[in-house]
Amino acid sequence: MTCKLYVARSRSVASRKLGEETMIMSGLDSTLFTLDEVATIIWEAADGSKPLEEIVDSKICTQFKVERAEALRDAEALVEGLAGHGILLLSSESLTGANSPRKAEE
Amino acid sequence: MTVTLARTETIIEIGGASVRVHASDTSFIEMLERRYAGFATSGGRADFDFDVELAEPVAADADADLRVTLDSGRWRLERGDFAAEFDPHSRRGRIRQSPNPFSIDALFRILHTLMLAQEGGFLLHAASAIRDGKAFVFAGASGAGKTTIASLAPPDVTLLTDEISYIRKDGNRYTAFGTPFTGELGKSGENVSAPIAALYLLEKGRQNHIAPVSSAEAGRAFLSNILFFAEDQELVRSVFCSACEFVGQVPVYRLTFLPDSSVWEMLT
Repeated sequence: MTCKLYVARSRSVASRKLGEETMIMSGLDSTLFTLDEVATIIWEAADGSKPLEEIVDSKICTQFKVERAEALRDAEALVEGLAGHGILLLSSESLTGANSPRKAEE
Repeated sequence: MTVTLARTETIIEIGGASVRVHASDTSFIEMLERRYAGFATSGGRADFDFDVELAEPVAADADADLRVTLDSGRWRLERGDFAAEFDPHSRRGRIRQSPNPFSIDALFRILHTLMLAQEGGFLLHAASAIRDGKAFVFAGASGAGKTTIASLAPPDVTLLTDEISYIRKDGNRYTAFGTPFTGELGKSGENVSAPIAALYLLEKGRQNHIAPVSSAEAGRAFLSNILFFAEDQELVRSVFCSACEFVGQVPVYRLTFLPDSSVWEMLT
C-alpha cells in the first residue's frame, strides 16, 4: 500500500504569482525559484490538507491532457525537489495548521 | 582677524536621505566633500549620524567578504577594510576604517539598502537618467551596457547614475534619484529625481529593439540586480515582495541596442 503524501508550503519562504508563473524566494538563503503554470497549481494547492494525488486528480488531470500516472510522477518529482530546498514540507499525515503559507500578497 | 574653524563634519544626502559624518581629521571631511560634490551639504538636520574613527590600515584581507548582521538590535557591518555598527532606532553609528573613500562609500550603500528595504525601495545595478521629466532605468549585469548607454545620452538627458540606481517608493509610484555611486564612467550623477516611466533590461545587439517581457522574467531580472547585503530573513522577504510589486507597477522591457546614440531616439 502506498502511503499518501501531504504537501504544505514552508513558512520560511515568500512567494508571488507573476503572470502564469510563481516566484518563490527562500528566506533562509535568498535562493530564487520559478514555478511554471502546472507547478504553480500544485504550489497553490499545497496547504497541507490534501494529499498530492488528490491535488493531481482535481487540479491537474482536469485541466491538462495528461496521463494520471505521468502527472503524479511529475508532481512527486516536483515536490521532492522543492522539499529538498526546504520550501515545501512533505508528510504522510495532514499538515493542516502546522504551516500557514506566507505569500507576498499578504 | 578672521578665524577659520576646522570642519569636522559634513552631511551627505543621497536620495533625500542624509547622513552626517563626523571625523576629527579635517582632511578626511574635505576628501568626502570633494568625492560627493553635489551631494554634500553642511549644517542642518540629518537622518543618520556616523562617527568615523580613522585608523591605520589593518593587515586583514581588505577583500574579505562583507557581512551585515543584526546583533542585539544593532546592525554590524564588517568587511576586511572596515568595521561599523549602527543603531536603527537612534539612527546613530560609528565606523572604524583607514582614511580611504571606499570604506565609507560601502557604508553609505549598505545603510541606504537597509533604509530602502523597509520602505519598498532599492539600490539597483542600473544606469538611470531623466528625459522630459521622466526617469528611465537601465538594468544589467556588468558588461550589459549600463555605462555605454549612459555615455551615449544626448544633451537633453540628465544622467542620474551609470552604475547604481536609487529607487524610492512614494505611494503607488516610484522615483529615481541621482547618486554619486559611479561605474566606469567615473562621473557622479546629478542630484535630482523624477518618477520612473520604465525599466529596461539591457542587452547589446545588432539592432535597436524594445520588446515587452513577461512579469516573471521582469521579476527575475529585477531581483538579480538588486543590491542587498543584510543577512536578515524578514528584510530579504520584504525586498522580494517589494521587487514583485515594482515589476507589477512599472513597465519593464528588454532593450537590445547598438552601441551608438541612435538608441536614445527610441527612448522618449
